Amino acid sequence: MTSRFTLRNAAVLVLLALLGVAFWTLGAGYTPDAELNRTAAYYAENTAAETGAQNIVTAIIVTYRGLDTLGEVTVLFLTAAIVALVLGQSKAPRGTSGSGFLPSGELLATGTRMLLPIILLFGAYVAVNGHLTPGGGFQGGAILASGMLLLLLADPGRRFRHRIISGVEGLSGLSYVIIGVLGVALAGGFLDNRILPLGQFGEILSAGAIPLIYTLIGLKVGAEFSSILESLEETEDS
Amino acid sequence: MHMVAMAAGFVLILMGLYGALTHTNILRMIVGFTLANTGVHVVLVAVGYMPGRTAPILDGAVPVDEAAARIIDPVPQALVLTAIVIGLGITALMLAYAYRLFRTRRSLDIADFTELKW
Repeated sequence: MTSRFTLRNAAVLVLLALLGVAFWTLGAGYTPDAELNRTAAYYAENTAAETGAQNIVTAIIVTYRGLDTLGEVTVLFLTAAIVALVLGQSKAPRGTSGSGFLPSGELLATGTRMLLPIILLFGAYVAVNGHLTPGGGFQGGAILASGMLLLLLADPGRRFRHRIISGVEGLSGLSYVIIGVLGVALAGGFLDNRILPLGQFGEILSAGAIPLIYTLIGLKVGAEFSSILESLEETEDS
Repeated sequence: MHMVAMAAGFVLILMGLYGALTHTNILRMIVGFTLANTGVHVVLVAVGYMPGRTAPILDGAVPVDEAAARIIDPVPQALVLTAIVIGLGITALMLAYAYRLFRTRRSLDIADFTELKW
């Protein structure tokens, strides 16, 4: 038995060594570009005039490749739905899950009460400022969900209201698609951000619909992450 | 500097694959896959880096009309943002399936699941 396992380990090591050689040649032959390629140069030169966003990554994600982002949010929704489906059969009866845990203690409970509003505020800040600073809806949504995780850690028996989470998720997703269709009707195409005035470059209320769309993405991502966390928490053995 | 980041990414990929291939505990395999995933992200971001340039944000440090000469490539960063989110979804799915396997078979050792073995 042991010899078989060492043989297997040797095979793994040989495979990884080959991969390492491949990576080595890739890395050794790599020289960074001296200037931007044509796609990136287009984004660098035209983002400010076309979208009014300071953060070019945000402009790419929300406007230039907005359809892909809609697909990405859909993938995340599917993940949350499948996790809920897979774990739903082993859901604990109401009020029993988490009762096997010791109480989380005064320190964590008080700290949660103190930190949670700050975490939620920071998440909202990151999501709303996506077009000005590093950050955006995905990051903000993850921060919002980390607040929910803190709540679950402080009180393992706590249950969120499913209807609120799924309502937030459905409403924000629907509004996202409606804004996209409005772009077809009022501006240049699906998810065009110029349905709202571009405003003063660098202001919080600028860049057309980008802050609105990224806030909706933040709410949707936060709701989806919270629902995944809740599905994992609500299982019988937890 | 970019070579350091790229080498770290490649090492993370190899470490993750090693962990996923040698461990028999499913949770450890999931940790290995997550490590390799992170390594791919680091390599992708390192490919977009260009020496002497700054982040693709048009603030006071980057005047709009000089942007093409001052910023690094924003496309890999947008790609990695997408990849991180999808990676998180994959990790959540793997954990959920691992839990279902444990519920039905009371084991997380991959050697106990022999139906697909030949």
